[in-house]
Amino acid sequence: MTVPALEVAGLTFCYPNGHPALEDLSFTVDVGERVALLGPNGAGKTTLALHLNGIHRAEAGSIAVAGTELTDTTLPEIRRRVGMVFQDADDQLFMPTVGEDVAFGPSNLGLKGTERDERVAEALAMVQAAEFIERSPHHLSGGEKRRIALATVLAMRPDVIVMDEPTSGLDPAGRRELADLLQTLDHTQLLITHDLPFALEVCPRSIIVSDGRVVADGPTPAILADTALLEAHRLELPFGFDPEFLTRRHRPAA
Amino acid sequence: MGAGHAHRLHVPGDTIVHRMAPEAKIVAAFAFVLAVAVTPRRAVWVFVLHGLLLACWIARAGLRPSLVVKRLAVIAPFVTFAFFLPFLAGGATTEVLGVSLSTEGLWGTWNVLTKSVLGATTSIVLASTTPVADIVRGLERLRVPALVTSVISFMFRYLDLITADLGRMRTAMVARGHDARWLWQVKPIASSAGAMFVRSYERGERVHAAMLARGFDGTMPTLDDRRASPAEWRMAAIVPMLAAVAALGGLLT
Repeated sequence: MTVPALEVAGLTFCYPNGHPALEDLSFTVDVGERVALLGPNGAGKTTLALHLNGIHRAEAGSIAVAGTELTDTTLPEIRRRVGMVFQDADDQLFMPTVGEDVAFGPSNLGLKGTERDERVAEALAMVQAAEFIERSPHHLSGGEKRRIALATVLAMRPDVIVMDEPTSGLDPAGRRELADLLQTLDHTQLLITHDLPFALEVCPRSIIVSDGRVVADGPTPAILADTALLEAHRLELPFGFDPEFLTRRHRPAA
Repeated sequence: MGAGHAHRLHVPGDTIVHRMAPEAKIVAAFAFVLAVAVTPRRAVWVFVLHGLLLACWIARAGLRPSLVVKRLAVIAPFVTFAFFLPFLAGGATTEVLGVSLSTEGLWGTWNVLTKSVLGATTSIVLASTTPVADIVRGLERLRVPALVTSVISFMFRYLDLITADLGRMRTAMVARGHDARWLWQVKPIASSAGAMFVRSYERGERVHAAMLARGFDGTMPTLDDRRASPAEWRMAAIVPMLAAVAALGGLLT
């Protein structure tokens, strides 16, 4: 049996005001899988993401990345292995230039000189943004910032990439470029979103989180075709989107 | 490194002053201002020399004098009070255009005016030829504590965002008919300042979380190991050295 890339078991977390955010939440993601984490606003998706590389610490339950359990001693290693791309790229990009921002993670890993420069160049090449290296992040477009934010975690050579609302604030072309880009990466990916068509396009598998629990887990087309399930958890396909299309497109060839 | 955030202050160029290592430039500017500050106010010829030295810097940096003068406007509120000195100070008086003014006061005005103009012009030259990112890097190399350099760097990174936020809030208020002209209409502005503070604070928390996620352990990594060469230090030292000699001359005479 292979070790899953990500294993979350019985995760429970309450906000300081006592409101439960996650309740006994469990799921696993296999190596190389692209999984969409769907759910309405306030379902606990971002809170879950912040647990995955130890920004929030679990009150109960455990998280393991490629078999390494998240503890105080493994924290630096887990943070390298799990790359978090935050919802607002302006929160993530804080250095004066793109190149320095991409170098921030590798520097924290202790890399220096040419080795670090290579990491920066490699990560920027992966997101097709090599020409931005000297630019200031503030003056890039939303789509460009999102790609650079992705590069800042790719430079740490993570095993798992977690993206929080990757399509928020992107125009259709930026969204298309991101979908294409994510499909070229071999990393295990967990995409937190309520953009259902994006989930369908990029992720073969989806998990619905609602009120801090996993309420559905399965192939994305089947989940999105279940209108009753979506409705029960405040998820909706965009207007004019035909659920029939899902079953037609993804029906195995006869 | 021409892509810093000082896009409003920085004047791109490729002159000897632009290319000089930032730490050498910072030290040179500081030393020059120090020399100006210790110059006795009655040594007028020394101030003339200081002015000429500074003019050399401006010329070598290829800065338009009109730009420098325009930027000098920032000191106007600070020097205004200096013009009251001849009326307020006591002691011997001099007749100027039929008005009896205090001699001491006149020297006071001259002192404040020349020193602040020379000091402000020096910082204008520094800011116009050095992107903020480089100034921060220079300060780091001068062993200024990382806490201070990080605060400066973050401030510049997020200043634009916060200003844009504030602008959007203002637009939203204006769009709903807000038109503050009187003191009693100040409440929405005060509450937007409060909202702004909370938003900036929350952003700070998110930025910190994003930094932790990339392995931040409390110390900012040094990303640039280059240092100013001895030749650069010597080059940067010329102007402040001459100014120091002139100041010394002024002190001795």
